[in-house]
Amino acid sequence: MESLKTGLYQTFVLDNNYQYFVRGVGVTLLVTVFALILGLILGVIVAIIRSAHDQQPEKKKGIILRILNGICKVYLTVIRGTPTLVQLLIMWFVIWASARATDGNMIRCAILSFGINSGAYVAEIVRSGIMSIDKGQMEAGRSLGLNYATTMRFIIIPQAFKNILPALGNELITLLKETSVVTVIGLKDLTKGAMIIQSKTYQAFVPFFAIAAIYLVMVLVLSWILGRLERRLRQSDLR
Amino acid sequence: MKKLAAVLLAGIMCVSLAACGSSASDDAASTDTQAATEETAEETADDAAADTEGETAEAGEVTTVTEGVLTMGTNAAFPPYEYYDGDTIVGIDAEIAQALADKLGLNLEIVDMDFSSIVTAVQTGKVDVGIAGMTVDPEREKNVDFTDSYATGVQVIIVPEDSDITSVDDLDGKLIGVQEGTTGHQYCSEDYGDDMVIAYTNGATAVQALLQGKVDCVVIDEQPAISFVEANEGLKILDTEYVVEDYAIAVSKDNPGLKDAINTALGELIEDGTVQGILDKYIKAE
Repeated sequence: MESLKTGLYQTFVLDNNYQYFVRGVGVTLLVTVFALILGLILGVIVAIIRSAHDQQPEKKKGIILRILNGICKVYLTVIRGTPTLVQLLIMWFVIWASARATDGNMIRCAILSFGINSGAYVAEIVRSGIMSIDKGQMEAGRSLGLNYATTMRFIIIPQAFKNILPALGNELITLLKETSVVTVIGLKDLTKGAMIIQSKTYQAFVPFFAIAAIYLVMVLVLSWILGRLERRLRQSDLR
Repeated sequence: MKKLAAVLLAGIMCVSLAACGSSASDDAASTDTQAATEETAEETADDAAADTEGETAEAGEVTTVTEGVLTMGTNAAFPPYEYYDGDTIVGIDAEIAQALADKLGLNLEIVDMDFSSIVTAVQTGKVDVGIAGMTVDPEREKNVDFTDSYATGVQVIIVPEDSDITSVDDLDGKLIGVQEGTTGHQYCSEDYGDDMVIAYTNGATAVQALLQGKVDCVVIDEQPAISFVEANEGLKILDTEYVVEDYAIAVSKDNPGLKDAINTALGELIEDGTVQGILDKYIKAE
């Protein structure tokens, strides 16, 4: 009991250590949210190219579409085939070697790495959604005089989005937790905060349980929001 | 189609067989190298201390995490105290640990981990001792016991040769790279603020960041700094005003027997010049 008390005191009160958690949550959320946005944009673009390629009859595929599809395939293979940690290290120490280690630069690097990484997974999720919509929907749209892009935008994507929401939520939760690997480049996120406290106070129990609880709470809130969104989108089903 | 499947299966079989083969030879190789390093370590200990064999303490007196094995936690990116040579960890601490283990009649096992985790690992009984060029400091002493000191060190600043930092006074407002959990990390956080201090999990990564201009300087212990500067072009060392620190071995508070045994053995090794011999071997006199 006494040691738990010391642990709590050293972890939160001593030297204003709680600041590490407050700032850590901020950094973690910042990286997650912007990586998610980047991932969604990349993912949707890649998914549309990939499914446009796959759904088009063989002889109607243009040369540009073929090249784009090839690029997307390489992107998916490379990003899904290498660990996130390695991608982050390459981004920070090789590709963006000239960057100074300011918080801003580290956050930008993390957002870029995780965004590109997440994009690959989101792309496959979105593609599964697009492919799950019956071909008749596209044919109906086209025969009503809408062009390909408009049909996609107003008929296919909205239906696909509803189907893939649980999978997207899954990806978001994974992304939130995976951002903890940014500790290797020195960015002070939630996990790094606990590690710094551990290195200062040599307490392991309280700091690590504390961040575990914080991550859990963040995930619970996210799941709750996603649950609400899913229910809202399902309203059109219950006519 | 069938042919393709057959070829694939054959390929898979080859690969899996090959995997078996190589892992077996790997095992053999690693045992060999392990044995080899133990031998070399023993040899150097012997060289330095003509004959200490006679006074080897009786085995089985001390309790350790694994019976008959002295498990040592270290961070092997801290030359010349500990670093990888091939796939084995060598250096001053590794050799002192080997000499100690010989004295105590134990086998030595070295575990590589983040520096900031070593004290916790000792505390929670994951390893017996933490030997990592670790400075005795009051915060750490609350959580682990320290043996007598076997070496001293001082914090220095590594900067690029063309840097505008010429002394410790210029550090204000600069980005400082440190190794997480070291005394340098603590001092810099206190003196220059957490925001300007970037903590890397090991010294080598901090120096890598310095070479790329990600940070303006690195504050680290002197001997590793000398090794890093030797290994990389275009770096130089500046002095800090921080006090000289004592390096010692961290032992769990629950294991006073081991601490006493190590102190006795360490005393003998210092007495007969073994420790000095090991230090001289790695640290070149200026």
